[in-house]
Amino acid sequence: MTVWAPVEYTDVAELRGPLVMVRGTRGVGWDEYASIELETGERRHGLVLEADHDLAVVQVFEGTAGIRAEGTRVTFAGRPMRIPVGPGWLGRVCDGGGRPLDGGPPVAGAADAAVNGFPLNPTLREPPSEPVLTGISAIDLLTTLVRGQKIAVFSAAGLPHLKLAAQIAAQAGAGGEPFTVVFAAIGLTHADAATVRDRLEERSAAGELTLLLNLADDPVIERILTPRLALTIAEHLAFTVGRHVLAVLADMTSYCEALREVSAARGEIPARRAYPGYLYSDLASLYERCGRVRGRPGSLTVLPVLSMPAGDITHPVPDLTGYITEGQILLTRNVSAYPHIDPLSSLSRMMRAGAGPGRTRPEHVDLAAQIIAALSRARQARELAELVGESALSAVDRRHLALAEAFEHRLLAQRGDELRSLGETFDRAWDVVSMLPRRELTMLSSEALDAGYREER
Amino acid sequence: MGTVTRVNGPLVEVEGLTGAAMFELVALGPHRLPGEIIALRGDRATIQAYEYTGGLAPGDPARRGGSPLSARLGPHLLGGVFDGLLRPLGGAGMWLDPAAPPPARAARAGRSWPFRPLVEEGRTVARGTPIGSVDSGSSPPYLVLSPGGAVSRIREPGPCPSGDPVAVVGGVQVTLGREQPVRRALPYDVRHEEPVPLTTGQRVIDLLLPVSRGGTVAVPGGFGTGKTVLLQQIAKWCDADVVVYVGCGERGNEMADVVAELGRLTDPRTGGRLADRTVVIANTSNMPMMAREASIYTGVTVAEHFRDMGYDTVVIADSTSRWAEALRELGSRSGALPAEEGYPADLASALAAFYERAGRVTTLGGATGSVTIIGAVSPPGGDMTEPVTAHTQRFVRSLWTLDRDLAYARHYPAVSWAGSFARDAGAMTAAVPGAAQRRGRVSGLLAEADRLTALAELLGAGTLPAHERIVLLAGRLIREGFLQQSALSPRDSFCRPERTTLIADALLAVVDRCQTLVENQVPVAWIEQQDFSPILRAKEAPEEEIAARRDTVLDALERSR
Repeated sequence: MTVWAPVEYTDVAELRGPLVMVRGTRGVGWDEYASIELETGERRHGLVLEADHDLAVVQVFEGTAGIRAEGTRVTFAGRPMRIPVGPGWLGRVCDGGGRPLDGGPPVAGAADAAVNGFPLNPTLREPPSEPVLTGISAIDLLTTLVRGQKIAVFSAAGLPHLKLAAQIAAQAGAGGEPFTVVFAAIGLTHADAATVRDRLEERSAAGELTLLLNLADDPVIERILTPRLALTIAEHLAFTVGRHVLAVLADMTSYCEALREVSAARGEIPARRAYPGYLYSDLASLYERCGRVRGRPGSLTVLPVLSMPAGDITHPVPDLTGYITEGQILLTRNVSAYPHIDPLSSLSRMMRAGAGPGRTRPEHVDLAAQIIAALSRARQARELAELVGESALSAVDRRHLALAEAFEHRLLAQRGDELRSLGETFDRAWDVVSMLPRRELTMLSSEALDAGYREER
Repeated sequence: MGTVTRVNGPLVEVEGLTGAAMFELVALGPHRLPGEIIALRGDRATIQAYEYTGGLAPGDPARRGGSPLSARLGPHLLGGVFDGLLRPLGGAGMWLDPAAPPPARAARAGRSWPFRPLVEEGRTVARGTPIGSVDSGSSPPYLVLSPGGAVSRIREPGPCPSGDPVAVVGGVQVTLGREQPVRRALPYDVRHEEPVPLTTGQRVIDLLLPVSRGGTVAVPGGFGTGKTVLLQQIAKWCDADVVVYVGCGERGNEMADVVAELGRLTDPRTGGRLADRTVVIANTSNMPMMAREASIYTGVTVAEHFRDMGYDTVVIADSTSRWAEALRELGSRSGALPAEEGYPADLASALAAFYERAGRVTTLGGATGSVTIIGAVSPPGGDMTEPVTAHTQRFVRSLWTLDRDLAYARHYPAVSWAGSFARDAGAMTAAVPGAAQRRGRVSGLLAEADRLTALAELLGAGTLPAHERIVLLAGRLIREGFLQQSALSPRDSFCRPERTTLIADALLAVVDRCQTLVENQVPVAWIEQQDFSPILRAKEAPEEEIAARRDTVLDALERSR
């Protein structure tokens, strides 16, 4: 094989926002990896967003600050961007571009992989069927995470979604099988990042964690790269090494804003709220990398965490995310106790595949449905009580209000460092449903009621 | 042979393609990525590429394909899983890398099929009439149709590879499989207008919002409203001969799930696997965007192909919004002037033309077949006024709106009875004695209960007169005992029409008795306290038990007198 010296291009025609337009290129392909060397010797990296005749439009991950039209040399790799992959990433803390922050050497790998990945053949996907237990009652009981699923955490400013994400990342496990977490922090403040780092210390020391940190004052465009690095690393660990992997991507709103910045710089026709029209496809190309593969042992579960601007769930970022992910865990201020999960608006679509006999508890799915139905009725009763007074409610409605109260204090409320076993969660859940008369529990089978219902408490 | 001059994601511009036609296929670059010409200016062509174009560079070659975008039709379709261009996914590699298209992608098409001639040599057969059949397993027989003319040769019964000629008719060689352009509808003789119901096995639909064979349905619903589950239920249980399930820009895990389920479930009508009557087109959201645009058309073309054999077919497209987004994306990249919310100006006409390919027809060969189209719509932010939702509603016969509040209360299928319509319901129920009256009573009670619920929320239910409180109770009984249907319960997942009628009548009988009782001064609070669970759980009971459960409740109520 002939090795060609890379051609250096020096004709920078235009610099705009995060973009460098290079003229005079020959044979430079779309989505090719580019390397930009400044006069100072500093090296930056980018991707080709458009190749038009001899003009290549390059998006620079580290931003264009300090780049001059003269004296800048750009080379192209001749192929899309690739990174080393392998267990070498475990136990490492790196920045959003994959450079070590822990004082260690650059991460090397036996193999490399394209950061964009390729679509997984849908016929080789194995439908998810086993739970990831988080030790958080509200999640394990009502919105069970399933290995190979993607499920989002929706939150609003001021709510502790990062604390929750870190707690999930720290406690999640796959029933004793080796478990790995890849945590991509996207646009986090130093304080938040430090909290996450501390909380995950133990997991990191055990060699079960890769932490990629893009902080709020790090280059914005690098945020487009960070989740891709995380998922490429995670995909390899899951499908080639065969581990159960959880990839946490927080905060995806910062990612989408970076995407919007590039789109605006390119003068693209904006869709809703000036986000690019391809936001759905772009997010799907990330989230869809979750899954299980037939005949291979590992799994990749993806947990995007995002803050909804102004708490608006119809904002394009949560909305499109919700259309792609298999459920969501919604945090709300209306629930006063940590973890602030709104049980009625949260949903895990895959739950039935991962919960129930042989996986968690036989009555799990029915019990969860019964609690949700009772909470839904309690919500109606509470609205009514606010209008007409609690005394006007029927006896059954008042029992429902009591159940909602018990649910929040006994089951949902939990400390940020508290790991609840499945047994304890179910114990509390039966306490809660037993607040209702037995004949109201129409969703539970009589066998389940005989075993679990607690008379006269 | 032309030269690539510009690459911007799936949008590619090529110079030097002399003589090329609109919508002609083009092979791009060294890996011959497929693309389709969508604009021509002089010898400059704008092309939408159907694969990831990473690495494609200005200066790369581009070759004309000579034909429009076509799909390979044949007996290999039933039971198979395909990508948006109808290339088999079974046998393809784990990662779909466009630079390494494995030869196996076409392998299934080369299989041998048990051919059986249906006509003799020397006969003259009209266009569209079957001349031969492939009977494999429990799939409906795959019929080879005549192009019209005298049969000068026909193959003996026995195994036949897909590409081999099976007959010569009117001087034309006929093979089992063939290439068919997908953007133009296949011809038929006459369209039938009188609606014939398609049974879906979902109570809320079969009773309140029925769909006809050859009808069109849009299913708008925000995320989490159970759109995909409802569509999968219909794919499994509707009484069509062939179902084409197009996963258009949706989730990979759901595709895997539907394929696994169809392979596991037994078709109640034939005893074979449900997969044997199904063609799955899987174009998940991370697969190339433009193939998403094509997959809608390949899906309908497959359905029309089976319709021409005299079958009732159903196309389920989940979701048409992703298809519209692909149109928008390309419009934006090619610099077309946007209309509403960035969508191209021809969005409405493209939607109308797509749904118009549905219909129940007499085929060219004189058989009767139908194409029913059920398209999911994913309104951003649940906004029903957004362009795709708003325009789609104009062109469909039925609308099943999924309601987020119902879904959050775990009322599934979350079809809103107030926000949906079925324009053919009147004509369809008129044919069955008692059906129109039953539908009228159930929807009347639901509407009245909704109105009274709103009132009760303001004033408290206790202030309503007794007969109105019974209407509230009736609303609850119908919602919980009839409309809610569990997709996961083996007995409730599918409800045959006779059973639907039984349950509805049993509930109405209970409601009637309650009304009679309050008229006779029985305290309404006492009735509300009764245990209605036998009738609420009738949907989980064997069919012959339903009457007994109704009587249990009626007897208990009677004890108040």
